[in-house]
Order: sequence, then C-alpha cells, then structure tokens
Amino acid sequence: MRTEEVDVAVIGGGPSGMSAAVAARKAGAERVVLIERGERLGGILNQCIHDGFGTKTFGKALTGPEYAQIYIDQASETGVSTYLNTMVLNLTPERELTVCSTEGVRHIRAKSVVLCMGCRERTRGAIGIPGHRPAGVFTAGVVQYYMNLRNLAVGRRVVVLGSGDVGLIMARRLTLEGAQVLCVAEILPYPSGLARNVVQCLEDFGIPLYLSTTVVEIHGRDRITGVTLAKIGPRGGIVQGSQRLVECDTLMLSVGLIPENELSKKAGVSLSPVTGGPIVDDHFQTSIPGIFSAGNALQVHDLVDYASLEAEKAGLSAAKYAHTGELPEANIKVSPGQGIRYVVPQHISGTEAVDFSMRVVAPDHDRYVVFRNDGQTLRRMKENVLAPSSMIRFRLRAERFQQVEGELTVEVGS
Amino acid sequence: MKLEYDVAVVGGGVVGCAIARELSRYQLSVVLLEKESDVARGTSGKNSGVVHTGFNVPTGSVKARLNVLGASMFENLCTQLHVPFKRVGKLVIALTAAEAPDLEKLKAIGDANGVPSLEIIDAKEIRRMEPNISGYAAMNAPTAAITCPFRFTIALAESAVANGADILLGAEVKGISGKLGGFKIFTTRGTVHSKLVVNSAGLYADHVARLAGVRRYKVYPCRGEYVIIDKARSDLIQRLIYPVPPRGGSGLGVHLTPTIDGNILIGPSAVYVRSKTSDGTTGAMARQLVKEAQELLPGLSRRDVITSYAGLRPKTVSSAVGGFDDFTIEEVPELPGMMHLVGIESPGLTAAPAIALDIAKWAGTHLPLLSNSQFHSQRKAAVLFNELPPEKQAELVDADPDYGQIVCRCESVTRKEILEAIHNPLGAQTIGAIKYRSRATMGRCQGGFCGPRIEEILEEETGVLPTEMSLKGNGSWLFAGSTKDLRN
Repeated sequence: MRTEEVDVAVIGGGPSGMSAAVAARKAGAERVVLIERGERLGGILNQCIHDGFGTKTFGKALTGPEYAQIYIDQASETGVSTYLNTMVLNLTPERELTVCSTEGVRHIRAKSVVLCMGCRERTRGAIGIPGHRPAGVFTAGVVQYYMNLRNLAVGRRVVVLGSGDVGLIMARRLTLEGAQVLCVAEILPYPSGLARNVVQCLEDFGIPLYLSTTVVEIHGRDRITGVTLAKIGPRGGIVQGSQRLVECDTLMLSVGLIPENELSKKAGVSLSPVTGGPIVDDHFQTSIPGIFSAGNALQVHDLVDYASLEAEKAGLSAAKYAHTGELPEANIKVSPGQGIRYVVPQHISGTEAVDFSMRVVAPDHDRYVVFRNDGQTLRRMKENVLAPSSMIRFRLRAERFQQVEGELTVEVGS
Repeated sequence: MKLEYDVAVVGGGVVGCAIARELSRYQLSVVLLEKESDVARGTSGKNSGVVHTGFNVPTGSVKARLNVLGASMFENLCTQLHVPFKRVGKLVIALTAAEAPDLEKLKAIGDANGVPSLEIIDAKEIRRMEPNISGYAAMNAPTAAITCPFRFTIALAESAVANGADILLGAEVKGISGKLGGFKIFTTRGTVHSKLVVNSAGLYADHVARLAGVRRYKVYPCRGEYVIIDKARSDLIQRLIYPVPPRGGSGLGVHLTPTIDGNILIGPSAVYVRSKTSDGTTGAMARQLVKEAQELLPGLSRRDVITSYAGLRPKTVSSAVGGFDDFTIEEVPELPGMMHLVGIESPGLTAAPAIALDIAKWAGTHLPLLSNSQFHSQRKAAVLFNELPPEKQAELVDADPDYGQIVCRCESVTRKEILEAIHNPLGAQTIGAIKYRSRATMGRCQGGFCGPRIEEILEEETGVLPTEMSLKGNGSWLFAGSTKDLRN
C-alpha cells in the first residue's frame, strides 16, 4: 500500500482544521495536508447562512460561507494540500493515518497530527424520549442542512426541544420561511444558548420559551402527530399534572453537541469526561506526543472565531513539533475549582502566555474568576454575567507562571 | 406481474420469509404478501436476536421439536445467506441458593429435549467466564448463539426472490375467499389467486384467519421493551446472560444480550397491551430495565444507554392465564388448504427454518414437490467494508471506486453498500429499508450526517424526489415540500 510522508496532517476541513493547516504552513511546516471527508472545505459553516461570524477575528459580521471562504483562500495561497472526499479510517499513536477515497486506501505518515473533527449533535436516542419512532424528529443541524442547502422544509408545525444555539437560530429560520414554531422547551431552568440568540431568534418573533420543561412522550407511528410536554421539578422529576399535549408535525432537537473523537480513541488519546474532547496542554498537544487537538473536537465553542484562534495555536505548535520533535513539558496542572465546570488547557508549561477557556456550572452575576496556586491568588477578573452557555476566556501572560508550582486552580469567587 | 400462484404466504416476518425461501426449492410458484413497506417490520425485527438451544420449552411440545431442529440448522443457513452468526454461549444465572434448583430443572428439560453440552457451574466458574457477572450458580449452554434478526429475515426474503418467489410489499390482505386449489386473496395491491394459503401473519394471524372465516384464534399483544447499551461497554459481557425464568411470567426474564454489532441489549420486559400498535417505549420501563440488569451486572450505568426500542409478542394465552402456550401450526377441518401459524413467539426466530420444513412437507400433501434445479442456496451479499483489514479494503476500492466513498461515517458504510441496499431484490425503497440493509444511520449520530446524503443517492438512482420519500412507507413522510411550499 502507498505511504505518503508529511510534516503536518490536519484531520477535518472545517473552521478549525483550515485555520490549523494555514497556521502550520505560515510557521514553516513544509508539507501540510488538510483531509476533509466532504466535497468542499468549510464544514458546517457552509450551511450557516445567517451572519455573526468573524466579529472577533475579522471585526465584521460575516455569513458562514463568507467566513469559510477567507480560510479557503488562505489555505490555497499558503500551499496547503487539500484532500477532499477523503475519510480517515484509522490513526495510530505513531501518527500513521489510513485514509480512504475513491482513488484508493493508503497510508499517510505524519510528524504531527491535528485533530479537528468538530462535533456531532445529540440525538433522540441519547436523551431517551419514550414513545413511538415516527418520521419527523430531526436535530437542528440536519434541519439547517435541508433548509439552507437543499430548500427542503421538514414540516409546518414545529416544536423545538432544547435551547442550544443551533436550535434557536433554526427556530428563527423556520419562522422566516413560513413554518409555525409553536414553542421551545428547555429542561434546564435557564437557556442553553447565548442570550443574544434568545432575544434575536425567539423574543423578536414571539416564540415562547418554556424553561424547566421537556418532551416526555412522542406521539404518532408513521409521522409525528404531537408531543407531551411536562414541567420538570427541581429534583429532575416530572411535575404531576403539568403534562400537556401539543400537536405538531415536527420535533426539532437542539439538545447538545458532542465532540467527535472516535479517531482520537483509536489512537489512544486521553479524553476528558467533562468536555468530551482530548486532555491538552497549552500547546494543544494531547496525551500522545505529536497529536494535537483544537476547535469543537476539543471543546464545544459558542463562537467560531475562538475555534479558529485556538486551532491557529494548535497548528503553530504542530509545525514546531514537526520541526524539532519536542515541545516544552507541561508540568503545571490546571483544575476547575468551585463554580467552574471545566477549564482548557488542563496542563500548561508556564513558558509562554496561555489563553484559558472555561465554562461555569450555573448562571451567576457580578462575581470574579480567580486563578489560585498553593493558596495564593494569582489573578482575579470581574465578570458581570456568568452563564454556562457563554465560554469565558482569559489570557495569562508568561510572567504570571514564574512562581507557580504544582497545581493551578480556577474558581468563581468574590 | 402474474397473480396466480401455487402458494400464497401472508406475512413477511422471519417465519413467512423462511417458508417462502424453503418453498422456492421446489417447482412451485410462491408469493409472499406483506402489508408494510418492507419485511421484518413487526416482531421479527424487534427481538433479542438469540438462537435458542431449547432448554426452556416443554419436552414433547411442537416448540421443543422445532426449536432444537431450527437451532441445528441455523449456522449453516447464516453462512449460506451471508448473515452474521456468533456462537457466544449462554449462562442462566441463579442469583441465590433458592434459585439453584431451577437450574437443575432447566438442565433436565434441556437434556430431555436433546440440547447438547449443558452443565451447571458454580460462582467461581461464573467469575472466571464472566468477571463482571455476579451469581450463586449458573447453567452454561455453550451452543446458544446470536444473529441479527432483521438482516436474517431480509436475507431469507432476498434468497426467496432470487429463487423465483414474488414478494408484494404494501399488500395488506383485506379478504380471503375460495377453498383448497382456488383461493382468492384480496389485497390493497390487487387480487391474488393461489392453490394454498399460509397464514404467518404473526400478531395479526387471528385477523387473517377470520378474514378466511376461521374464528377460533385470538392473539394477545405483549410488549417487550429493550434498551441498547453503547458499544464502548461491549467488553462487560462475552455471552448471553439470563436470569432464571420468572415463574408464570410472560417472557424469559430481563436478560443481557451481546449483539452482532457490538452493543448490549437489556430486555425485554413483558407487558400485555390492548392494541397491536402499542409498540412505543416508555420512560418508566427503560429505568426499570436498567435496574433489573444491574442485579446481574453491577457495573452497568444508566449513562451507558444509547437508545431504546419495543416490539410485541404474539401470545395465545391471555394475561389472566399467563405463561406460555405451544405453537399452533395447523390446517383446520373447516378450511383445507390453508395453514395457520399462530402464537409463534419465542423461540420463533430459532424455529423458523424448521417451521419452513414442516410447511413444505404440508404443501407436499396437496401439491407435487418437484425440486427446483435452479435453486441457489447461497445469497450474493454486499461485502462489509468496515470489517475488512486495510489491504482488503484497498483491493476493493481499486476494483470499484464506490467502495472508496464512505457515506455513513459512524459505521463506515460505503456508497457501494448503499447502492446495493437501494437496489435490493425486494424493491423496498424507504429510508428504513436502506438503513436495515446497510447499517447506515445506525451509529452514534443516528443519520445526522449521512441521512441527507443517502436521500441524494436514492434520488440520483431512482428518480424518487425527496418529497416522495418516506421513513417506512404509509404516512411516514420526510418533507412537507420545498421551502417555498411553506408559504402556501
């Protein structure tokens, strides 16, 4: 079987993969390959025809395809080799990939690999809604694909379960196209999408958002005919007597995104049970030397800009590793403390500035995010609004780590 | 299509499909009538997929004879049909000393029925064989096996068609008149004439019999729910793990079944329901199943559940009576020429090949059985790309680039396999038909990525528009129209 030798292999041609590949080329890696399963680069951006992309990276609000095009152009200008319609079947810890396309099955041996496979949507099965299995139950991303790329309408009367960002954006989109969005039900007592999306996609269109409410049964054998909604009490049980039937022909799910890491598992990369993505250091290197991870495969982002920025750093690190075969050891452990659900990276070297990203456990306001080491406060920063839906990002400069030994913790404090 | 046949089989479950295939060995014209959009849509597609050895059926019963004979035929049949089959073995676990005598009883029944190699083992041996299972003692049945029940049924149907049988999908029987040598079967796809009729309508066998004027049967639907455990936990058990059957229960007890695809099934429950369409799942039962399974397998967690499903058993005993009845396989005196198969619940999948032999013998009492020299026992089937080593995969892609295009990325199903599923011999063209044949959309993302792609290929290949596609026929439409249609 044919084997190709490369410096950097980037798996996944979405916003993070393109950014990582471009960064690796700019950092001097000679042979950089970008491997994409689909027939074009851009990933999910291609179906995101709404705007709001690029406000952090380019200072303007672009549509998904416009944002993608910037990186597609950069990939071609910097000489990234792009393999389209190519699926990675296997990845070994020695960074040998088995790839498959209509041209054949072959191996690619890479000095470093960046995992940018993105994420997938949680499905009906994963949240276990009982009832029959009729047609008409879709995840929001699938509805978005049909509607925006194929001009297909999945239904006329739609109930949305889950208030994730894709679901909110699609509630608006369905309304604009003439479907009736009856309501959005969210099992948590607060929305899981960004506040701006709740306002711009639901409130502006008069779509009711029912909090602490979920779908407890799906009706209909052939096509869905309705759902039973119920209130959920503080301990997670159904509030008896709160059940009510809503007739609909479509149930759209927006109940979470899961980092896609089947290949990471094949390579033996250690994953975090909290993020669902690899455990990484400040160079975005995983537990396997020379294998890096960024974007939604690492942690689900709420803004694409940050996925691209994160991947830029991962691409740069991958180029360095490909050139020298090593990176500084990351001996400082970073752990989430009180009020913090997770923090990425989970280990740092302390040799250079680090952009930390994290999410809080529950909504709060006017609190501080506090970095501590050995009982000492290293740095604290005021946050006016804290919500699990909004990723918090902080940069700490290298000199902050000079005295740090052992473990660094991050917590919500006063 | 000609509509005059020697034998008409009503019902495209595993039994009906096995019968159609068995009859296709002879110079008989055979038609199978199925009301749904594909075969295996009822009980046959929704069970544990276990090939039972025959130790929990009463000695001397029709069930016992057909179970043991069917089990002995199964592996060879799966090889011929290119259907997965694994002889994983089974442990029936007594959790306490009080349950241990039941194991001896089961073993005695099994020995009397001619089940090979049964043995009673102690707690230490259980631990050695299944480190995650706790129990006081167990009966080991090493010949128990698993298959994929819907792929097996589909393969039987495809083999029957390849050997000359006709299968009419979407043909619901609305009436039966006539007699031996000249039956008329009125269906939603026209009237079919046949000399003999086989009623293998499963849950609806009582209804089909009544349509022909035979009023003596009653089938009670008894729901069985399952939950499916993530492939990541497949190493928890190596073999089938059953409890001692509950006394007077309607099922075999909640058991753990490793599936051919590497998941673990928990179930089934056994709850009588009023309607033959009450095959939805319930949240309460899913929780109950996990709780019961944890008694056998303490390492299991609710988080390991990926989805659930339910099926209905066709029982001939009411809930008030409880327990099990023997299979009813008979031609009644008031209507010669029509064979009724009623109450073919567990072990119906295992017994199906043996039942088919009986039905062929019966057909021979009315019609000459001349062997069909064109009969091919081997079924041509798509290669499972995903399970091949890279060198073999490379050879396939070089020979046919359609193997190089992975459509379903969770299960690594190629365009080639999708094309073969679309162009299946039965002409089943729903999204469900493609899913059950190729495994596409059955993975972690449940079709989120490949669903739209499959519809595009289906449209390219057949000209069927997305707005005409359905999940499983009838009213299971996928699209309300184009986005422009929404404004009307």
